[in-house]
Amino acid sequence: MTGIVALYIFMLAAFTGYEVIAKVPVILHTPLMSGSNFVHGIVLVGAMVALGSAGTPLEKSIGFIGVLLAAGNAVGGYAVTERMLEMFKSSGARGARGGKDGKDGKDNKGAAAAGTH
Amino acid sequence: MDAYFSAAALIQASYLLTAFLFIMGLKRMSSPVTARSGILWAGAGMLVATLATFFYPGLTNFPLIIIAVVIGSAIAWISGRRVAMTNIPQMIALYNGMGGGAAAAIAAVELYRGEQQTTASATLAVVGGIIGAVSFSGSLIAFGKLQGLIRKSLRFGGQQLLNLLILAVALLLGGMVASGFNATPAAVTGLFAAALLLGLSMTLPIGGADMPVVISLYNALTGLAVAFEGFVLGNAAMIIAGTVVGSAGTLLTQLMAKAMNRSLGNVLFSGFGDSSGASTGSAVTGSLKPIEAADAGVMMAFAQKIIIVPGYGMAVAQAQHKVWELCQLLIDRGVTVRFAIHPVAGRMPGHMNVLLAEAGVPYDLIADLDEINAEFETADVALIIGANDVVNPVARNDKSSPIYGMPILNADKAKNVIVIKRGQGAGFSGIENALFYLDNTRMLYGDGQAAVAALIAAVKSV
Repeated sequence: MTGIVALYIFMLAAFTGYEVIAKVPVILHTPLMSGSNFVHGIVLVGAMVALGSAGTPLEKSIGFIGVLLAAGNAVGGYAVTERMLEMFKSSGARGARGGKDGKDGKDNKGAAAAGTH
Repeated sequence: MDAYFSAAALIQASYLLTAFLFIMGLKRMSSPVTARSGILWAGAGMLVATLATFFYPGLTNFPLIIIAVVIGSAIAWISGRRVAMTNIPQMIALYNGMGGGAAAAIAAVELYRGEQQTTASATLAVVGGIIGAVSFSGSLIAFGKLQGLIRKSLRFGGQQLLNLLILAVALLLGGMVASGFNATPAAVTGLFAAALLLGLSMTLPIGGADMPVVISLYNALTGLAVAFEGFVLGNAAMIIAGTVVGSAGTLLTQLMAKAMNRSLGNVLFSGFGDSSGASTGSAVTGSLKPIEAADAGVMMAFAQKIIIVPGYGMAVAQAQHKVWELCQLLIDRGVTVRFAIHPVAGRMPGHMNVLLAEAGVPYDLIADLDEINAEFETADVALIIGANDVVNPVARNDKSSPIYGMPILNADKAKNVIVIKRGQGAGFSGIENALFYLDNTRMLYGDGQAAVAALIAAVKSV
């Protein structure tokens, strides 16, 4: 990859990142930050290459730490983002019947809790 | 030679696919309807790139790579699955710091080896390494602060000067390494030591309330560091993903700072953001008027429209499930219920939405500041639970108050205001809340969860 081509990629990717996020509602700020945190976990492939080409014990140890940290970034970022996003539901998606059933269960629990107070 | 060539081609094709999946994934994550599938797309992209990299020509140390991947993944997966939703912000900081550390580690391996082809590539390795190291140590401090491990904000005179000095040292050593003038292991070590120290000294003075903006900034910086190391390794997937995150993260940081009524420079250099030493504005006159849960319950049961303003206090009391239960009762009675979310409710913008979603509140009942502020005038009851500064009307009219100018939810415009509060203390910023002293405000004292349970019982008995 020549320097100028790399610069083009850099510029176009910068515009893409800006455009993709530009209209995001506040409600998604936290999940999106977490999601973009996951995306830079791609550093894992670089860390793998660095460790995979390491020669001296020093390079190997740093490379090892690098891969370990990068894997943590990618996997941890995925785990928390997915957990957050799977909870976002609209009232339509919830379904009238399912909502009622769930609520009845909660009502009983609520009554029991209120009774103990 | 043929096998060699096809492996390289396979990797390039995989990285192209990964870049596509990442961008589509982020795009889908920016709308609540498609957000869930967005992370799956991005996750598939990560898997493709990681698997393809195992076929990288000339890759050695396989056992080490696999052990590191397994250990790192296992720790992160378990911690990420177990963490409570209230603690998500500090986990984002932690994982982000790990990414920054990884970028710095790549730079360190490349620089210690000292086989840079060009000055340009060595310079990018140095700059990416410095940014990554700053993001690493800074994010760890942010994690420590939000987790409550670091309680004090370290501040002293000339702090900015010291930071500048450390930065100058890092850049000087970086310049010597990159130009080949003094590319010794000692210089490389000093360079990273200075960068790590800079992250610490930059982040320690910043208060807990400003941490979300800082975490978002470090997230963008890590992206940039990854992109720079991508240039060094000639890895297009890293360049694209890193740059996209760098620019998206910068925009997100600005949006967050704006939502919190703070400029980025203010956050980084002014040291506001927690209660110590901040002026508390003019004194508020009047009295606090308590109300019993039974009376509050009746008031709510016969209301037409109720707006609930939740704050971080609600999440700390784990009252969000009870609040949603109360809402369902009221909705069944024909009451219109909406949630009003201030941009900084919770620990970072959007965090409260996550906490409510966890309790099962559908997102279409939740409105943000701009949508709902005009509706308070038509609301019979505004129920404030665990929120304080974000409904304090002094932000509108008291110029001496430190929160003057911050956009607030106009809860004081509602016909009745009920505030659930544990005791009579001031808020996160230590500022007296004028809303609590208004004629139409009643205080319902008690633990959030118990108070809402009492309201539920009261509404049921109507």
